[in-house]
Amino acid sequence: MATSGSTRPVLAVENLSTHFFTRDGVVKAVDGISFEVMPGEVLGLVGESGSGKSITGFSIMGLIDPPGRIVSGSIRLNGEELVGLDDRAMRRFRGRSLAMVFQDPMMTLNPVLRIDTQMMEAVQAHEAVSDKAARARSAEVLAMVGIPSPEERLSAYPHQFSGGMRQRVAIAIALIHRPALIIADEPTTALDVTIQSQILAEMQRLCAESGTALVWITHDLAVVAGLADRVAVMYAGRIAEQGKVDDVLDRPIHPYTHGLIGSVPGARMHGARLAQIPGSTPSLGRLPPGCAFAPRCPRADAACAEHAPSIAAAPDGRAYRCHRPMLIEEVAR
Amino acid sequence: MLAFIIRRLAQALVVIVAMVVLVFFGTHVIGDPVWMMVPGDATQEQIEQVRREFGFDQPAYIQFFRFLGDVMQGEFGRSYVHGESAITLILERMPATMELAFAALVLAVVIGIPLGLFAGLKPDHPLSRGIMAASILGFSLPTFWVGLMLIMLFSVMLGWLPATGQGTTVEIFGIRTSLFTLDGWKHLFLPAVNLALLKVSLVIRLTRSGAREASLQDYVKFARAKGLSPARIVGVHILKNILIPIVTVLGLEFGSLVAFSVVTETIFAWPGMGKLLLEAIQRLDRPLIVAYVMVVVLLFVTINLIVDILYSALDPRVRLTGSQA
Ligand SMILES: Nc1ncnc2c1ncn2[C@@H]1O[C@H](COP(=O)(O)OP(=O)(O)OP(=O)(O)O)[C@@H](O)[C@H]1O
Ligand code: SF4
Ligand SMILES: [Mg+2]
Repeated sequence: MATSGSTRPVLAVENLSTHFFTRDGVVKAVDGISFEVMPGEVLGLVGESGSGKSITGFSIMGLIDPPGRIVSGSIRLNGEELVGLDDRAMRRFRGRSLAMVFQDPMMTLNPVLRIDTQMMEAVQAHEAVSDKAARARSAEVLAMVGIPSPEERLSAYPHQFSGGMRQRVAIAIALIHRPALIIADEPTTALDVTIQSQILAEMQRLCAESGTALVWITHDLAVVAGLADRVAVMYAGRIAEQGKVDDVLDRPIHPYTHGLIGSVPGARMHGARLAQIPGSTPSLGRLPPGCAFAPRCPRADAACAEHAPSIAAAPDGRAYRCHRPMLIEEVAR
Repeated sequence: MLAFIIRRLAQALVVIVAMVVLVFFGTHVIGDPVWMMVPGDATQEQIEQVRREFGFDQPAYIQFFRFLGDVMQGEFGRSYVHGESAITLILERMPATMELAFAALVLAVVIGIPLGLFAGLKPDHPLSRGIMAASILGFSLPTFWVGLMLIMLFSVMLGWLPATGQGTTVEIFGIRTSLFTLDGWKHLFLPAVNLALLKVSLVIRLTRSGAREASLQDYVKFARAKGLSPARIVGVHILKNILIPIVTVLGLEFGSLVAFSVVTETIFAWPGMGKLLLEAIQRLDRPLIVAYVMVVVLLFVTINLIVDILYSALDPRVRLTGSQA
């Protein structure tokens, strides 16, 4: 799964900003983020609640609704620009080359429609095939995600499935058209720990088999450590630091990443949540002029509060935004 | 599903029996029916004779079982005014009322759902505000006033549509209906609009709030993420969800359509059972009133049963709990 320099990225996000124009002012939910995902690669997108992870995912899917809007930047999928496409054009990508799995499996399936209806319509949205073929394909992907006797289960309603099973159905739907990229927005957060790890392992295997790239959004650094090739750490709508998982987790450059890792009790214990850095996430409507992390940052100095740091590159290829990076000398070695 | 229906049937039976008891008390125990049956200047002798003849001298429970027996056979006696069997009179007029109520229901759905969907999916559109304002008007204007205005405008001033009666009717399976002639449709239109007005407003509001709520749900976002067309999302994912409350409420409201048709039928001289009831009340025609009440009870119970079954057909979650219980 390693990134090779010669291949083109599946997804290239450049300087993306998505803002919400609310009555109380502009909320810069995503503010100038850039990252790439290579074919078959798993990118972990981590950050505290409200840091803009989901909005990043929805921006890529073209599912930002008013009062929100992508105000600038570029999103290229296999080289094709998605920003600026109208809904009709965007629909050709959604569910076909680009799929998404949501956080809460109890809410993602329509309660009054049978599973077969919801799967077959997904097949037929992009392929003019018969009902029979659509059904067969639906059963096939259900079997892939480990649902026993898929033929029978197709006729069931969502409420007849457990949470874990529903999430498998949602994953199956995402896999139907063998997408180039799946955005998984905390798909296991709402599930039991044992089921979490099963689904995690299965999804990793399925994506590896089909060469599907994965953007895995999560609170859980342990998940990122076990699953991702690279990680991007978000804070207040920006990417604080991104790079190879081992580099970032073992030798964080950004004080925020450092705080996150320190906040996991017993070093990367599974299932731990990240919120123990002193202070709380700033309100995105009223960010300080300088570095958004400055009020909580142990290394902050006067410059930090005045100028927002721009993106810098570390010698090992990591990108970060910080005036006073940690361990940068060590990284250079 | 079968267990569900049997359970609901049993419940319906309980309701009917309860109503029979109430009607019995209202007509036999609280008031003395004999006074309604004898002329004002009758002698004590004559009164006693009538009392014996109709069994009103018997203990209450015996009278009740006789009444129950009559009701079960559909025997409500003869109308004092018309001299014919009360139940026959009611049943003769029922198709006209049902026709009117159904036409109003169809209008409510056909007009209310699209307008409600639009207002719910585009809440900030100026047209949506117009729709909502109109629905408030529909709620607050009194039916009889609107009826008179409709007659004024379309019959008197414009002369487009007839103001009274059922028009040319055709007999289908022994039921007279105006649904199969153009003239009949013309006659049906104004009263149906009049009767539908309140329900159109209701359907608009129900649909709008349902659509707004549903469109914010994750399953709609997920449906969009699958690449479905807006038509499919609105027509299947959203509509199927909001149909559940709409069918339930409209089903229950159908009874009130029948009840409200008393006003509309009177204004438009529509020969339904509402008009008959009003005349019966004015002349204290007891058998006719009792027959009307029982027929309407049966109608309500039947409608509720149908609504329940439709509801469970639409909402899979209900069906499951229904069959397990
Ligand atoms: N419709 C909206 N209107 C205004 N602000 C919004 C809207 N949707 C999201 N936001 C803002 O965007 C920010 C980022 O939200 P987002 O859902 O991406 O967070 P997240 O990182 O996914 O958090 P979580 O881990 O809780 O899911 C939040 O601070 C939120 O206030
Ligand atoms: S820029 Fe300054 S305040 Fe911001 S993270 Fe770096 S050191 Fe801390
Ligand atoms: Mg989120």
